[in-house]
Amino acid sequence: MRNQNIKLEPLMSQDRSASIMDARILVPAIGNAFKKLNPRSLAKNPVMFVVAAVSVLTTVLFVKDAATGAGNLGFSFQIILWLWFTILFANFAEAVAEGRGKAQADSLRRSRTETQAKLLANGSRENFKLVPGTSLKIGDVVLVEAGDIIPSDGEVIEGIASVNEAAITGESAPVIRESGGDRSAVTGGTQVLSDWIRVRITAAAGSTFLDRMISLVEGAERQKTPNEIALNILLAGLTLIFVLATASIPSFAAYAGGFIPVIVLVALFVTLIPTTIGALLSAIGIAGMDRLVRFNVLAMSGRAVEAAGDVDTLLLDKTGTITLGNRQATEFRPVKGVTEQELADAAQLASLADETPEGRSIVVLAKEKYGIRARDMQSLHATFVPFTAQSRMSGIDSEGSSIRKGAVDAVLRYLDQISAKGAGSEATREIQAIADDIAKAGGTPLAVVRDGRLLGVIHLKDIVKGGIRERFAELRRMGIRTVMITGDNPMTAAAIAAEAGVDDFLAQATPEDKLRLIREEQAKGKLVAMCGDGTNDAPALAQSDVGVAMNTGTVAAREAGNMVDLDSDPTKLIEIVEIGKQLLMTRGALTTFSIANDVAKYFAIIPAMFVGLYPQLSKLNIMGLATPESAILSAIIFNALIIIVLIPLALKGVKYKAIGAGPLLRRNLLIYGLGGLVVPFIGIKAIDLIVAALHLA
Amino acid sequence: MLIQPILFVVLIVGGTALISWPLGRYMTWAMDPQGAASGRPNAFTRLFQSIGGSVSARPQDWKRYMVSILAFNVVMFVVTFSILALQQYLPLNPDGKEALEGSLIFNTAASFTSNTNLQHYSGEVSLSYLSQLAGLMWLQFVSAATGIAALAALARGLAGRKLGNFFVDVQRASFLVLLPVAFIVAILLVVGGMPMTFNGAAVATTLEGVQQTIARGPVAAFVSIKQLGTNGGGFFGPNSTHPLENPSFWTNVVETVSIILIPMACVWMFGRIVGRMRHATVIFGVMLVLVLLRVAGGIWFESAPTQAFADLPIEQTTGNLEGKELRFGASAGPLWSVLTTSTSNGSVNAMHDSLNPLAGMMPMIGMWLNEDFGGVGVGMINMFLYIVVGVFIAGMMIGRTPEYLGWRVEAREVKFAILALLAHGLFILGGTAVFAATPWGADVLNNVGPHGFSEILYEFSSASANNGSGFEGLGDNTVPWNVATGIVMLLARFIPIILPLAIVGSLSAKRRSAESSGTLSVEGGTFATMLAATILVVGALTFFPAATLGPIAEHFIYMN
Repeated sequence: MRNQNIKLEPLMSQDRSASIMDARILVPAIGNAFKKLNPRSLAKNPVMFVVAAVSVLTTVLFVKDAATGAGNLGFSFQIILWLWFTILFANFAEAVAEGRGKAQADSLRRSRTETQAKLLANGSRENFKLVPGTSLKIGDVVLVEAGDIIPSDGEVIEGIASVNEAAITGESAPVIRESGGDRSAVTGGTQVLSDWIRVRITAAAGSTFLDRMISLVEGAERQKTPNEIALNILLAGLTLIFVLATASIPSFAAYAGGFIPVIVLVALFVTLIPTTIGALLSAIGIAGMDRLVRFNVLAMSGRAVEAAGDVDTLLLDKTGTITLGNRQATEFRPVKGVTEQELADAAQLASLADETPEGRSIVVLAKEKYGIRARDMQSLHATFVPFTAQSRMSGIDSEGSSIRKGAVDAVLRYLDQISAKGAGSEATREIQAIADDIAKAGGTPLAVVRDGRLLGVIHLKDIVKGGIRERFAELRRMGIRTVMITGDNPMTAAAIAAEAGVDDFLAQATPEDKLRLIREEQAKGKLVAMCGDGTNDAPALAQSDVGVAMNTGTVAAREAGNMVDLDSDPTKLIEIVEIGKQLLMTRGALTTFSIANDVAKYFAIIPAMFVGLYPQLSKLNIMGLATPESAILSAIIFNALIIIVLIPLALKGVKYKAIGAGPLLRRNLLIYGLGGLVVPFIGIKAIDLIVAALHLA
Repeated sequence: MLIQPILFVVLIVGGTALISWPLGRYMTWAMDPQGAASGRPNAFTRLFQSIGGSVSARPQDWKRYMVSILAFNVVMFVVTFSILALQQYLPLNPDGKEALEGSLIFNTAASFTSNTNLQHYSGEVSLSYLSQLAGLMWLQFVSAATGIAALAALARGLAGRKLGNFFVDVQRASFLVLLPVAFIVAILLVVGGMPMTFNGAAVATTLEGVQQTIARGPVAAFVSIKQLGTNGGGFFGPNSTHPLENPSFWTNVVETVSIILIPMACVWMFGRIVGRMRHATVIFGVMLVLVLLRVAGGIWFESAPTQAFADLPIEQTTGNLEGKELRFGASAGPLWSVLTTSTSNGSVNAMHDSLNPLAGMMPMIGMWLNEDFGGVGVGMINMFLYIVVGVFIAGMMIGRTPEYLGWRVEAREVKFAILALLAHGLFILGGTAVFAATPWGADVLNNVGPHGFSEILYEFSSASANNGSGFEGLGDNTVPWNVATGIVMLLARFIPIILPLAIVGSLSAKRRSAESSGTLSVEGGTFATMLAATILVVGALTFFPAATLGPIAEHFIYMN
């Protein structure tokens, strides 16, 4: 499944392949890290803002001390240096995350070249005048001919054309856009390759799909998501707790008849407050959106990505998602008195001119199983009777003989019309029995009739995609219920549902049924995700908590969903859910890690801080750090460096495993909780050895 | 040597845990007789509604419930303040007790209203029987009832129901829960030899022929609710070390059991009302482990001899016996000290000031965490705050928006929970910082160095945890101490009741989501670990510097 997506990877192929450690992103990020020292940009992140505030304070005090020559200047200088590094590292993390989006946005911008639009005068079909694409208003009608760039988003109101949408999707194979139906939406910036279309503009300049994409991947409009806001509050609260813990120390020390230098208090404070998660929080959010973009999915808001992680019920369309789009003939079942060979022969004849995948599969089966070769229609003097929505049958008429194949009820009605005596006969009952049998097995029965005589049934089988059963099992372990939506009758639907391993199905589904199902699930307290493309999917897309609209879909569908899949691949819902979960997990894991780190930091700094008051407290120096100064310095260096070390994890995200909530929590608690407890003991000790060896403190 | 204390602890704590199960069931019946069912309320509810009048007829939302709690408590505070201030003019004063000093009246009224029972006075010396009974003992009932009512409301909210009516709940808690249980315990205590009389002090002639005045009074009634309601305010100054307040080993057992009985039962009541007994079991387990860890620590560190005897040529195998009542045995002291501070009770049967440094830290940790098992009703409410924080972090780690019992935990809930936890730290560390650095604290100490610091730290911990026990050794009946601890007690009482109710108000306005194998389970060992880790880490991070300069420094200085 992943291979498919890699093929599609590239919205902007060159930049997309950029890995985390790409110099093209890292180098500008260093510059941006300094630019982000701007207080207004720091103020967005409460934890880092506090670090900046105390850094300024200590820097000022340092300048004052340097003037008077008071205090341990070398030590203070190093601490202050690392305080500023802490902030720069945090800025750097954010800049790297943004850098990847910026590169993509730049490449998108290149495709948003200034275009000339052929604006059609009122009602006219031919007379146009050339105007700049940006001057178009909603409701204007333009003509787009072969070779033209479509000037803005719109809806095809007349014509059919092949369009190259590589600028949006990265897929160079042209797609068909035509008026009416579900393929009428066109996107500004894409190019018409052949034919012409008349397009009614649906988006004003500056708010087209491409513009929205640019601002989304660039993170320009990034707003904090509900969970991010809550986490920020928790981090701010923890910061306040450490303000208390640190601010009360001078008075405690005064009681003990001592004095703790401000620089030491600041060092303790900064190491204790959750700088690790504080520094990486926005990078995690940006990277989460970015992961979706690299899957060629555009989320209209960060909120939608978070909601994806919360999904309880997944509505999946059968065709294209669960089964391959095409059904295949697998069996010929004749009625009594007819041989299989005879039935195969008639079925093949009826399908010779049928270019649908089903029709072709009948010809193939007849050849493979019964050795019936393809025949030439002309030499048979046969005329093809195509499928129509009214007859729901197709076939041929040749030399006075006519063969029809089609849905069983349609064929029976046809028999009624040509000769009433056919109905109710033994053959009819037999046909119905066979048809039921096939439907129960999840197949679609096609009855074949020649000259008013029922020959038998062709078994068309839905082919369930390989590996899909395992995916559903995985979803079940994630606690997500899958519901298959299909237009099939309940019997067929049940059989396919069983074969694919979905939890439930909705048969003979109308758009209203879909909407009702979503509402019912939501009333039970579940979050529902679905994908859709048609205009009649729009209400359901809007009602669902996560609605993924296919890029090939209509404007209405794209407006109603909160995500757009540029590849129009409905299976992606599963990945989208995983990406949403990964985003939250990464936040949780790094928060846990950050808080657990504090235990080791306390054991580094507290003894160093208080050993002057009560020398016996050196027994608390369980890491055996060289001197009080080196202990404090090592802790603050560890605190800064861990941010850099964790940037790749923040950008890539914590690996999601579909093992159920309990085991997942246990796993993450072990890695990030226990790891967060142990790692800093080792890290601080190692840094202390280096600091002592270099005689830094 | 260790067999005897282990057996003692297991029997007392285990036995109480066993009794708490049926009591929790009974309390659920008493507090929430109808459950989720609608229809005609039972006879008691109708009775309480008719007593409470129109204000108790309708269900309240969280704001009304909160306002009712505050209004009720303000009235109680004013009444008690008046009784204490006017005791010299009022009846039931056979020994002619005099007027009290103003700040002491404020402190005492605040102390008993807030279920703290911090005592900067000595009951038998300063208070009339009316003050003891109508003022303080009355508050020992209704302040505990306030806690139980608040917990019942919280649990109903989490179950997705209306919160109920405070004026009905407080009557249910007083008359159906506390009064009957207190009556049974009082009988047991009287049988054990505790006085219960309205006669004035007895005058006896001792063997030496000296006249001795022996204070007495309605002690048994007072002591039973003092223990059951996690009040802890003794009838006599020396509290349960006094021979008439705790005559024998057996009354000591009854009193020890009474300390943790209702706080334990509150967890079961919470589980039953919420409808999640397995979740309640996990909470109970976490609380029990935390308590037992401290009990073990207390007994272990007390098995070392006291520093005062270190260089004396005497037998050192009995552990630290300084400040213990030998009638109760060696381990009864540390066990009681841990239980009484775990539960915001604050009664004592040994001198906490005399505990070895790290043994003395165990009670402090209990007050810092303040949730295992915690005060009557409010202990479980404090635990709820830790659950919110723990669930928030754990919920993210499984890749979902955090949910607790199907309620989404978002910005508002996290804000309130962290504010409530922050307030506790602020009162303790802020108060200690002010008093340690000023003559208010330093001048009234009987000890210097880390031990003196511990005394100040303990006093504020006790006030903020609504505990009421004292490390003693502190001359705390001064205006600054009376006012500061009085304010801390009131704020620390009502902030952690108001904010959790606000959280429930905010939660229940949301769409409740269904639980599945993909949602965070609050029932297993993993959740228990997460919860315990949250409590310990948040607690440790807040108080570690203070602890280092108090008991830990003292330990390293004197115990080597």
